[in-house]
Amino acid sequence: MATSVTPAVPGRRRRSPLARREARWAYLFLAPWIVGFLAFTAGPMVASLWLSFTEYDVINAPRFSGLDNYRQLVSDPQVARSLGNTVYYAALHVPLVMALSLGLALLLKRVGRLQGFFRTVFYLPVMTPAVAVGILFLLLLNTQDGLVNRGLALVGIDGPSWTTDPGWVMPGIVLMSLWSLGSTVIIYLAALQNVPGDLYEAADLDGAGPWTRFRHVTLPMISGSLFFTLIVNTIASLQMFTEVYTMYFGNRQTAGSFNSDAASFYVIHLFREAFQFLHMGFASAMAWLLFLLILGITLAQVKLGNRFVYYEGEDR
Amino acid sequence: MTTTTRPAGVGTVVVPVPATRPAPRPEDGRRPRWQRVLFVLALLAAAVVFLLPFVWLVGASLRPREYVFAPGFLPVPFAPDNYAQAWQAMPLLTWLFNSLVVGVAAAATATLSSAWVAFGFAYFRFPGRNLLFGLVLATMMLPFAVTMIPTYLIWNRLGLVDTQVPLWAGNLFGSAFYIFLLRQFFLSLPREYFEAARVDGASYPQLFWRMAFPLVRPALLVAFVFEFKASWTDLVKPLIYLRNEQLYTLPRGLKVILDRFGYGGEQQWEIVLAGSVIATVPMIVLFFLAQRHFVEGIATTGRKG
Repeated sequence: MATSVTPAVPGRRRRSPLARREARWAYLFLAPWIVGFLAFTAGPMVASLWLSFTEYDVINAPRFSGLDNYRQLVSDPQVARSLGNTVYYAALHVPLVMALSLGLALLLKRVGRLQGFFRTVFYLPVMTPAVAVGILFLLLLNTQDGLVNRGLALVGIDGPSWTTDPGWVMPGIVLMSLWSLGSTVIIYLAALQNVPGDLYEAADLDGAGPWTRFRHVTLPMISGSLFFTLIVNTIASLQMFTEVYTMYFGNRQTAGSFNSDAASFYVIHLFREAFQFLHMGFASAMAWLLFLLILGITLAQVKLGNRFVYYEGEDR
Repeated sequence: MTTTTRPAGVGTVVVPVPATRPAPRPEDGRRPRWQRVLFVLALLAAAVVFLLPFVWLVGASLRPREYVFAPGFLPVPFAPDNYAQAWQAMPLLTWLFNSLVVGVAAAATATLSSAWVAFGFAYFRFPGRNLLFGLVLATMMLPFAVTMIPTYLIWNRLGLVDTQVPLWAGNLFGSAFYIFLLRQFFLSLPREYFEAARVDGASYPQLFWRMAFPLVRPALLVAFVFEFKASWTDLVKPLIYLRNEQLYTLPRGLKVILDRFGYGGEQQWEIVLAGSVIATVPMIVLFFLAQRHFVEGIATTGRKG
């Protein structure tokens, strides 16, 4: 056979008829993804970019409106509010999830056979449907009767009105989000278990204390995972939707007793503009702003990460 | 698209931690006993904090309405009737069934198509492979909001809004996360094995279907349970696409229960809680059945590459 047994460097072979036939099959295998990418990713991206320059309510044809949507975007106080809330949430959520998960993973690594049990406990909230999480915390955070404030009362703290005081709504949501940190714990635990034991032995020989070992062996060796979870959790937190929508939106905002501005997240606002008010053009502009924002933040993180992340060996 | 792609198509979301290592030496041996006890106690405290919400949920869902917010965790007085009431008030059985059907359809299509595509990336060498694979990974970082509206317009044009089709049919085209995961597993299969089958006259689809597919069964299960869970817990798509209550999946139904019995009307929180338990229990059961696959899936995609 012309194809080599050892993996060849692509492009170095001359393209024989056999290789061309193989390439045809390759594209046949890739075809579903390529079609899906064009129809459900690339196409829609272009379409939403175009829609962002129009006024469109689904019923009537899109009407070109130039930069109107973007002008409205920068002057709309509700957009600013929801964006501010979202960034505030991400700035609290991401570092807290990372720090707590790392702490739990470090403990988990050290408890031997009990590890499996605890890992299960920390992962169960991740399995809970987000709507149920929202409902559960709506009640747990209840001012008078909620479990959280009852617990705080035990240690003499008069708990805040988590679900009604505009200043406390966001911290309450962060608290809820911390309940579901299980997958980050598992990622860190896997990374910790991959740190070769001889590195610690070498550190011990050099007389390193626990902090030095952590700072100069553990942290660099798991920096890849820290970096990964930083990026993934940031992207996810900027798109927070389901739990908060469940708690504070839907029929509730029509009830009028609660000003939902304090719980307004960017994607929730976008969703309502699109599907409740049928401002598809404006919502598309919002979507593109979010996309550019996430792109910018991720690129900045990657740039920063390249300075701190330790790449061992370089596989593949 | 979103981050720089590292050489050889390994880029974006992939964590640059080396592939495999010899099992780490247990370093617990030399740790003093009191320290280990301390660690276990700290974890126990954390575990209690993580479990209490579940305990309260189940306990409160079994109490009569006026006791739902009473202090304590136990279902006293005991009111299992809440579940019967929830069952009667809302078409929960229909929603359970819908969630199951949509979940299986979503998981089966995502797994099959992703495996097919992943095999293409793993086995073949062709021009543009690394670029395309980088593109696959890049789509993982794309916010769903960017494609949400035009995707809705597509299904709308096809007349499939207010059917369950949009909830799973997008998975027919493979899903980046699973393509990445399954490609890793296909790459670990010895190539000689396939070359030999080629010499014996097997076609490429046969290589995939008869050899590769069965060999990566554990990874297929990982993809299946992950997508099933994702589908079961999703609210966004049902919110966008479903109007008819008879077509709702459980999370969508649960939101209606909250809006109708929680805030609205008589504040029948016991029904809301019973509904929450009913929506959650299948996921907990799934986790205990497939725990290994969940942990492996997270660890693999967070580690390998």
